[in-house]
Amino acid sequence: MSAILDAKIPEGPLEKKWTIHKESLKTVSPANRKKMHIIVVGTGLAGASAAAALGEQGYRVNVFCMSDSPRRAHSVSAQGGINAAKNYRNDNDSVRRLFLDTLQGGDYRSREANVYRLAQVSNAIIDHCVALGVPFARDYAGYLDNRSFGGAQVSRTFYARGQTGQQLLLAVYSSLNRQVAAGNVTVHSREQMMDLVTENGQARGIMTRDMVTGRINAYPAHAVVLATGGYGNVYYLSTNAKHSNGSALVQCWKKGAFFANPSFVQIHPTCIPVHGEYQSKLTLMSESLRNEGRIWVPTRKEDVLALREGKIKPSDIPEERRDYYLERRYPSYGNLVPRDVASRAARERCDAGFGVGKTGRAVFLDLSGAIAKDGKACIESKYGNLFQIYEKITGDDPWKEPMQIYPAIHYTMGGLWVDYNLMTTVKGLYAIGEANFSDHGANRLGASALMQGLADGLFILPYTISDYLAGKIGEPCPDTATPPFVQVRGDVQKRIDRIMALKGNVPVDVFHRELGNMMWEHAGIAKSAEGLSSLISRLGALEERFRNEAGITGSQATVNQELEKAIHLEDYFTLAGLMVQDALHREESCGSHFRIESQTKDGETLRDDDRFQYVAAWEYKGQAEAPLLYREPLVYEETRMTERKYI
Amino acid sequence: MFFILKVWRQAGPRSRGHFQLFDMDGISGDTSFLEMLDILNNRLVSQGKETIAFDHDCREGICGACGLYINGRPHGPDDGITTCQLYMRRFRDGSVITVEPWRSAAFPVIKDLMVERKAFDKILQAGGFISANTGSAPEAHTTLIARKVAEESMDASACIGCGACVATCKNRSAMLFVASRVSSLALLPQGKPEAARRARAMVAKMDELGFGSCTNIGSCQMECPKNITITHIARLNREFLYRPG
Repeated sequence: MSAILDAKIPEGPLEKKWTIHKESLKTVSPANRKKMHIIVVGTGLAGASAAAALGEQGYRVNVFCMSDSPRRAHSVSAQGGINAAKNYRNDNDSVRRLFLDTLQGGDYRSREANVYRLAQVSNAIIDHCVALGVPFARDYAGYLDNRSFGGAQVSRTFYARGQTGQQLLLAVYSSLNRQVAAGNVTVHSREQMMDLVTENGQARGIMTRDMVTGRINAYPAHAVVLATGGYGNVYYLSTNAKHSNGSALVQCWKKGAFFANPSFVQIHPTCIPVHGEYQSKLTLMSESLRNEGRIWVPTRKEDVLALREGKIKPSDIPEERRDYYLERRYPSYGNLVPRDVASRAARERCDAGFGVGKTGRAVFLDLSGAIAKDGKACIESKYGNLFQIYEKITGDDPWKEPMQIYPAIHYTMGGLWVDYNLMTTVKGLYAIGEANFSDHGANRLGASALMQGLADGLFILPYTISDYLAGKIGEPCPDTATPPFVQVRGDVQKRIDRIMALKGNVPVDVFHRELGNMMWEHAGIAKSAEGLSSLISRLGALEERFRNEAGITGSQATVNQELEKAIHLEDYFTLAGLMVQDALHREESCGSHFRIESQTKDGETLRDDDRFQYVAAWEYKGQAEAPLLYREPLVYEETRMTERKYI
Repeated sequence: MFFILKVWRQAGPRSRGHFQLFDMDGISGDTSFLEMLDILNNRLVSQGKETIAFDHDCREGICGACGLYINGRPHGPDDGITTCQLYMRRFRDGSVITVEPWRSAAFPVIKDLMVERKAFDKILQAGGFISANTGSAPEAHTTLIARKVAEESMDASACIGCGACVATCKNRSAMLFVASRVSSLALLPQGKPEAARRARAMVAKMDELGFGSCTNIGSCQMECPKNITITHIARLNREFLYRPG
């Protein structure tokens, strides 16, 4: 039996925990805040909002982003919306209902107290974003509009056309800009975190690489906040932006931060299907389309064949020869089942030979009914940009024939383990947003990523980090000439030299694509002990080939995108190994983690609460040794766990 | 498909640049423009040559990172898209495609096709925000905003900060970029208290950073991937001239 982790969940009834806890947290006086230095890595919703909120309080904040501007962060790609328990539709929504939906959506593998807190602060997020000038969709009377998302029977999702993420990030990036102008925040763009500097188990600062000059820079701080997003790009093809990577997570893991539930990876059901070898990424079609769209495949194989041969069009197939399989299998939620359920159902139909498209790995998302009912203008005002994206990528006109979609890697629920204060197992190192594992359990509900990023950044971290910093008053900011910094600087330089010395002629992309294919095949929608075990040796062999055959051209003293890719790929190998290990150990199915050995007779996930009702947190034990498992038991004080049913 | 690529190469901000020609054969029409550059870069690595640097990230038209000047137009020949949403099927087989970085004194070239757009951040830092501290907001429905106004604010706010408007403007003006933020916030009741200061501060910063003046040519609205119109420049002018405060 491995050691147990303490999440430091406060005592008291669920509704009161956060309030009681906040009151117990120490604060720092305004005069002292000016002397406290905080590093925030990443400028997505979590990072930018945290940096702005900390700057507003008067802390000295250094912010890092890999892009040319903080505004490029991948949060901008979120299309559909952000959840909150406002109950503006009078459909009996409440904090408790949002909490329960999120907990159930995560298949009871998230921490009850954290999820409750998330639901509690959700309403203040909407208030703040409206105050910052987010042009949310409104009805004719001027009230905020809502739409529905998967895993909920209420309408609680706020949105700004198909650009909700972009608009929210623009708002908090503007707040960040205001703090830059005020002199509280400094932004370091085109600068990539290369390592965490620790001393006596405490975070002291970070080492970065300037991506333009290649210079290695040391930055000291009293506390470090990681807001670097997820690691879905392990799979090469995903909906993630190309710069999204897991490197900062791996660096921190190797410095003592435990990694929780690494195998919990969300697969989004509505993406444009893979169509070619050269493809660099997959594009999401917002889940909001499932509000009005119906998902189907033909019921007859001859129709499948005729479609593939181009003899008929989808619209030629009459109603009675269409299988609206989500409506058939899940009558009460229909097309709005959670993402993992919809993804597996699509795969099941395609495996059974009913998949459409050139490759047979696609299903139809059909909005023709909605277009006929509400008119093209109405649908265009809601989803116009999505139709345009689809047409540009596929060359097909989605107004005439239904879209083809297929599941793709989208979001990682796993991440650095954090306690109730969002602190990792390294003192003074915090992880927020997608970078931590906290609130989504084994599956995240749609429109909850934006909510969690902003909840962490605006209303949770600024309180909890002050409690830690209160214990650092009078302590000077660490000196970068001291041994811990000198040592890490040397390590980073050695690593870059080692990569630059790769002497082959095979591009890094080739290995990355191969890694992705392998992981998608055996650690994707469905996983088995056999497939996962086979990955272990194949991963090792691929990494070996990478070391022998990869080539990096150019110099390290200038922009070198091949070097950047190679750095990330090394870390993806580390992550892939960890993900496989975690997936192998969790011999149950829950949420997005589907072990074929553990399913009901209807093919649904089968949890094993007796054995696996815990968070699996892994400690790095060195390159040559297997990581060590710690468990955080999940105790549901006030929630009755049920079988997750969407029928 | 086959293409001849004529690509701008420049080692650094102070180096002299030049065009380099590449034969690109075996390209499927379903390849995106950036994927075509990926393929070229992979071929260069195999030949032991330095790759072409270019900015990109989301590859779905929303982050604003990519921006190439293709055959004399920002983001290429199509309207209403970014470079990453451009597909090779859009070009004629066998044609010559010229690829350049944005060219503006305010956007210096970093390397090859990559430019520095920090000037945009600086303009927004000068006033492109509403000064609402975290935790101070009233309940969201305290202020109702007519749908028409919210939609118009959203139209302006669709800007992704790519810089195509500057790249295409003969004056290298950033007016459409500035107008999108000023107009979006000025339309909303929350943004009104700071509206006059915002417009003046952002315009002053734009001038200071070396962007040109607007002479109402309108090429910016032709090239904007988010179809933002110069109506918002008119609103910026009104805010700048007439808003009391």
